[in-house]
Amino acid sequence: MSLSEQGPGAATRGTLPQLSLDLWRHRHVLDLDDFSREETDLVFEIAEGMVEILDRDVKKVPTLRGKTIATMFFEPSTRTRASFELAAKYLGSDTISLDSARSSVTKGESLIDSLRTLQALEVDTIIMRHPSSGAPYIAAQHLDTSIINAGDGCHAHPSQGLLDIFTMKRQLGDLKGRKAIIVGDIMHSRVARSNIWGTRHYGMKLVLCAPPTLLPPGLPEMLEKCALNHVTIEHSLDIALENADIVMPLRLQKERQQSGLISSLREYIQGYQVNVQRLARAKPDVLVMHPGPMNEGAEISHEVAYGTRSLIEQQVTNGVAVRMALLYLIAGVKNR
Amino acid sequence: MKENNLLVKNARIIDPAGGLDESGDILIADGVILQTGKGLAASGATVIEASGLIVCPGFIDLHCHLRQPGFENKETIASGASAAARGGYTTVCCMPNTMPPLDDAATVGHVKDIAAREAPLITILPVGCVTKDRAARELADMAELAGAGCIGFSDDGSPVSSSRLMSLAMQNAAVLDLPVIEHCEDLDLSQGGHMHDGWVSARLGIKGVPAAAEETMVARNIALCRLTGARLHATHISTSGSVELIRDAKRSGLSVSCDVTPYHLTLTHERVMKAQDAPGATLAYDTYARVNPPLRTSDDIDALIRGIKDGTIDAIGTDHAPHTAEDKLCEFENAAPGISGFETTFGVLMSLVHTGKFDLNTLITCLTVNPARILKNASGTLQPGARADIALLDIDREWTVDVKDFLSKGRNTPFDGCKLKGMVVATISGGRFAYRHSSLRIS
Repeated sequence: MSLSEQGPGAATRGTLPQLSLDLWRHRHVLDLDDFSREETDLVFEIAEGMVEILDRDVKKVPTLRGKTIATMFFEPSTRTRASFELAAKYLGSDTISLDSARSSVTKGESLIDSLRTLQALEVDTIIMRHPSSGAPYIAAQHLDTSIINAGDGCHAHPSQGLLDIFTMKRQLGDLKGRKAIIVGDIMHSRVARSNIWGTRHYGMKLVLCAPPTLLPPGLPEMLEKCALNHVTIEHSLDIALENADIVMPLRLQKERQQSGLISSLREYIQGYQVNVQRLARAKPDVLVMHPGPMNEGAEISHEVAYGTRSLIEQQVTNGVAVRMALLYLIAGVKNR
Repeated sequence: MKENNLLVKNARIIDPAGGLDESGDILIADGVILQTGKGLAASGATVIEASGLIVCPGFIDLHCHLRQPGFENKETIASGASAAARGGYTTVCCMPNTMPPLDDAATVGHVKDIAAREAPLITILPVGCVTKDRAARELADMAELAGAGCIGFSDDGSPVSSSRLMSLAMQNAAVLDLPVIEHCEDLDLSQGGHMHDGWVSARLGIKGVPAAAEETMVARNIALCRLTGARLHATHISTSGSVELIRDAKRSGLSVSCDVTPYHLTLTHERVMKAQDAPGATLAYDTYARVNPPLRTSDDIDALIRGIKDGTIDAIGTDHAPHTAEDKLCEFENAAPGISGFETTFGVLMSLVHTGKFDLNTLITCLTVNPARILKNASGTLQPGARADIALLDIDREWTVDVKDFLSKGRNTPFDGCKLKGMVVATISGGRFAYRHSSLRIS
């Protein structure tokens, strides 16, 4: 299948993408640590075409007709799952969705056995979310079917990382020299980890901002060992915000207070809430993003979440486009 | 001379207990070492031609899991004993985390019965529980356990958090003159952790177990040892801080000893993300590298090796922990911790000798006389009159680990496929072959 015949970009613009599909070498999408700049750019270029499809009245294209895509969620999710399922449907594939509460997992079936069953059912791609870090890696070692990681424990959420960077690029163009801040529960955040890897190709600075109890102790050494020189760590949000172009607070989960990682919500808000007064320290046109779901009034104020600088709704829309691009590359291109 | 006598000829005999390292012969009669020297002869004896081989006391393991009763799908006393024999072991101490646990005399007696019946060639010494059901709520009947033959007390992976309860246990152990064998872990600090708390855990998004979770408990146990006068044996220590604490405790004259595993001496936490066979994935979450305590850093390995060289670390224990394939074929954090270690221990440890980390005599000391002393056991020596528990070693023989050949039911090891140099070629227990490699020359 060539893109000029069936590809989404061709369907909307009648042109080939500038980047060759030969750049794509992934059978699975597990994290962004093994994505080259060219591959990431290819995803974004195809996602642009998908955005155009999403603007249409009738959004369905036949690109993945005859393909079956399964979502297998071992952990509750609303938005990521809906986003992937819509992406699959807009591309014309058949979808099935399984969740652990209703599946044989509750009958004691192991992760590998559950996934092997899906493989035996000739599913083309499995989109998988799991509460254990690394679960999709175990799956990828034992399965031939393509796996897309839709979030594994505290480890990675590659489609979210891609949609975040895609959203930044659509707004700002070249990201070179830009400064983005991710603030909040870095320790438990797969979004932060995937953004750390995804942003490394774009010449931007990324500041991870959190109280020390919400940062993994090994993080500085990890950044050094992995040569992630564009990332720095800052405990003070006020300092981090100076000259910032983008700020992305992470959801603060209630369990964090219960387990003592933060002393009180009040203290957290005083130090780390993204609100109007605080944003005054950033660039005047600072952009606000959030991977969702939000706790308004906790990590982000209502005014900022729905203010003019907020890209939060665009992230949701772009998320569908980026996931369409990934599904196209994984399910549509892999057998070329 | 009887027919069943054995004569080991032309070996390099290393017996740290007797300060011996010289070439010669060993004559064994009626299961006992009769004589060591040059040019020995015995008509009618079976002769082992041992030129090029090392002969030393059979190894003594202070820490292994034989899984019976309760987990016979992972290992049985019989299969574990066969694997131990292949590893050069003639005496092993089995941990009490069976089902039911070894917390009463009847269960201990059951294990000893099975051992006598199904593994007569290996001396199996049970470790009794510190607390009933290993639940850390009330003490087990420790005197009864001692009477039933337990050689020490441990709740192993579920250490006693209550300092009060542990001090009571140590008082009892002191009177019984048996060691308390402690897996030192502050369960509050390690809660939810699955690997070393460091850059790899940050990279993989796995909650870490800080080195301090071990060190705070080593420090507490040393304080309780000082309080009670009990013999404390810290088992499978993994951090440089633990080595320092134990070094200081020994200097101050406390009765503290410790052991370390072969894998804490050779593998680091980086191993978790580098599986040997992970096609299609740039990163691995290798459940075979999941152990408790977790694999630590190269600095910790350096400190552990220094501890072995200066005698701070007394012994090397296998922590042989067999599991089924399903126990490991799962999410990293759900994988059962542990490595099936009997059959690779000597080869893995020889890699440290071959690279000059410590010498062969030091290694053999840690595998024989030192654990014997901790147990106050008369074995671990080749001196005349000792029970003929002997390992024959070919330290230059190269071989490749293949779990399919394991005698243990547990094939869970990160060393599968590794090329090792150094092999146990025979294990003799009470004068009888417990294991014999095909290369051994006998006439």
